[in-house]
Amino acid sequence: MRKVAIVGIGYTVPRRTTPELSYRELDYEAAVRAYQDAGMKPADVDSFVSCLEDLCEGTSIADEYTPDQVGAMLKPMCTVGGDGIHGIADAFMRIQAGISDTVLVSSHSKASNMKTPNDLLNYALDPILNRPLGLNPHYVAGLEMSAFLAETKTKEEHCAAVAASNRTAALRNDLAAHGATLSTDDVMRSAPAFSPLKELEISGSSDAAFCVILTTEQRAKRRKSSPPVWVRGVGWSNDTPTLESRPWAYARYAADAAARALKMAGIKSVRKQVDLFEIDDTYAYKQLQHLEAAGVFKAGEAGRAAAKGKAGPEGDVIVNRSGGALGAGHMQDATGLFRVIEIVRQLRGEAGRHQAPGKLKTGFALSWRGVPTTSGAAVVVSK
Amino acid sequence: MMAFRKAAIVGTGITKFVRRAQDTPKELAWAAAKMALDAAGLTLDQIDCVVHGTAPDAFDGIHQKAEFLSEASGGWNKPYMRCYVGGGTGVMAPIYGWYHVASGLFDACLVVCEEKMSSCQPHPQAAFITIFDNVIERPLGPNLLWIFALEMQRYMAVHGIKLEDIARVAVKNKRNAMGHPSAQLGGEVTVQDVMNSPVLAWPVHRLMVSPTSDGAAACVIVSEKLARKISKRPVWVKGVGWCLDTAFWTSRDLSYPRYVEKAAWMAYKMAGIKKPEKEISIAEPYDPFAYKELHHLEGLQLAPKGKAAELCAKGHFDRDGNLPATPSGGLLGVGNPISAAGQMKVNELFLQLRGEAGARQVPGNPKTGVAQAWGDLMQVGTVIVTGV
Repeated sequence: MRKVAIVGIGYTVPRRTTPELSYRELDYEAAVRAYQDAGMKPADVDSFVSCLEDLCEGTSIADEYTPDQVGAMLKPMCTVGGDGIHGIADAFMRIQAGISDTVLVSSHSKASNMKTPNDLLNYALDPILNRPLGLNPHYVAGLEMSAFLAETKTKEEHCAAVAASNRTAALRNDLAAHGATLSTDDVMRSAPAFSPLKELEISGSSDAAFCVILTTEQRAKRRKSSPPVWVRGVGWSNDTPTLESRPWAYARYAADAAARALKMAGIKSVRKQVDLFEIDDTYAYKQLQHLEAAGVFKAGEAGRAAAKGKAGPEGDVIVNRSGGALGAGHMQDATGLFRVIEIVRQLRGEAGRHQAPGKLKTGFALSWRGVPTTSGAAVVVSK
Repeated sequence: MMAFRKAAIVGTGITKFVRRAQDTPKELAWAAAKMALDAAGLTLDQIDCVVHGTAPDAFDGIHQKAEFLSEASGGWNKPYMRCYVGGGTGVMAPIYGWYHVASGLFDACLVVCEEKMSSCQPHPQAAFITIFDNVIERPLGPNLLWIFALEMQRYMAVHGIKLEDIARVAVKNKRNAMGHPSAQLGGEVTVQDVMNSPVLAWPVHRLMVSPTSDGAAACVIVSEKLARKISKRPVWVKGVGWCLDTAFWTSRDLSYPRYVEKAAWMAYKMAGIKKPEKEISIAEPYDPFAYKELHHLEGLQLAPKGKAAELCAKGHFDRDGNLPATPSGGLLGVGNPISAAGQMKVNELFLQLRGEAGARQVPGNPKTGVAQAWGDLMQVGTVIVTGV
């Protein structure tokens, strides 16, 4: 295996709406920053990946509009219908295969363009069996949360604590658009969305663009502009798309994706060997379910740890120091890159006011593509 | 660059290509995947990862279409990844399959491409309005026939190519398709028939256009070690290349697909090919429109610029010609379920190079083949070189 480094990160500040900019302009800003950070030019990049889905863009074959703004015109570029961490995995494979030495991964969210996001999500449901029910797809999350609580004996308050601490933590992060001083009680008192799921336990959306540049050890060491952060393991996995036959309480896709990434990284004890976690929290209970799937906690323990503040932005186990999707906003398939960039900033010591304490060596990010999918991707990075 | 880990195609599968399949998208994907696994002599348990290729979600009307198709494509409790570059997806998916294996992360990858265009009623052409720039172009109400008519016109004008020369491609491919069990539009037509067919958007005539189709195609790609163990005649992936040009298609010279040229040289270089016109024994260029085959043969460096029509007229690209092009029957003959059509071309190379193409077999034991797909806003070239 070749060693693969992240040498450049670029981002725009996530915001709830960006009426003055197109997604191409957002991509451009992120790419310019990534090139500057890496000390590279577009000509130094061998191939490009973008991560997006047609319906979120409002454009069919939306990959058409990906190359120009990131410097990929007349270059090998392809889109994955996956999260940003799928994009990192794609780049990792290209470098391992020897087809590219340097790869740029790009993804954006222009969620504010979506007038009826829930109707759009409805199109992801099975057109024959599920879609005709005409339900808001968040009901899938409500049902899943219900099963998760019942099976793991996690309490509703535990999930509310996650939402409260992530939203509060986001106030310190200048890359977060949904920061708010909230207590567990505030969240518990918020309106039921799809019971037991509450309104404040559902992440809001943000617009942003992110770029990550990956390269070989040799090329990483040739530059001086930024310290390399190594990609030690990647993993991704799908469970079934069928609502009727999936395990509802247990995130098998996340367990498989995490196990693959950790195994590749040679990590045996995730609690001891990983210093910070960025874990999907599209819904508050998901953070707990995913932490347990990734083996960070045993079933039923993540909730109690979160409620006591032991696992969270301020915890001994540092989870979603950034504020996560609840605090920064959900950014569609760009959310995974947001998490990777957060970890890179933390490991470099560049996270500013929300810099995590202690010696940080290794970070772990896990993403999920949202309802109704069972698609997860994970990455382990180290200084 | 480091030494590439070798990988080979060891089995392929395909459904019939039809205008309106009664099967659901999942059934189509399953049928092609199962056939490819059976051909490779493998079961799903022996597959480490799955790559899915499918073009716009608007056809099936399903958001995150590949997630919906994951289980049917074998991607259950496995790493599963969807790639897409519009019409170029069908060759991009096996390229992804190749590097899943070549990366050393996996030993066996199942690649499945599916498209069901007929779900889009009354005609999938309407979905194509959504591929255009939503500020500058969509208000004009363009469709694909119009922009390809512009490109065809430009190609003909620059090189002085006659309509008859282009009609010959349709005649050849529809004839070749008569030997393909999946074919939707195989048949004997004359140059005159093509010229007399209705004009859809000048100079594009109806018989110069591939149909809209439903279908799926798949292949299994494995590591060298596994290939030697399970296959008597593995077909090696020797080179891959792809290239995406600017989205501003109105600022390009449409007479020549420079992105195909770049993609082709990327693949040829990897395959160690210096003189493609001599070293390639069989070609499957992308032919959604008759002129595109000629255009792409030039981009693939298999004909001098502007000369493909002349070579075609001389029989150079016939099944028994010097360089058989589209012996499968292509999109014009077999059909065009977007991503599955590109995968069908890769499958055709597999069968031809193994001498298993039956009625379509080209003579002379071909050793090296190239398949290519094209898509987006006349913008992307995807190229794969395979050999035995």
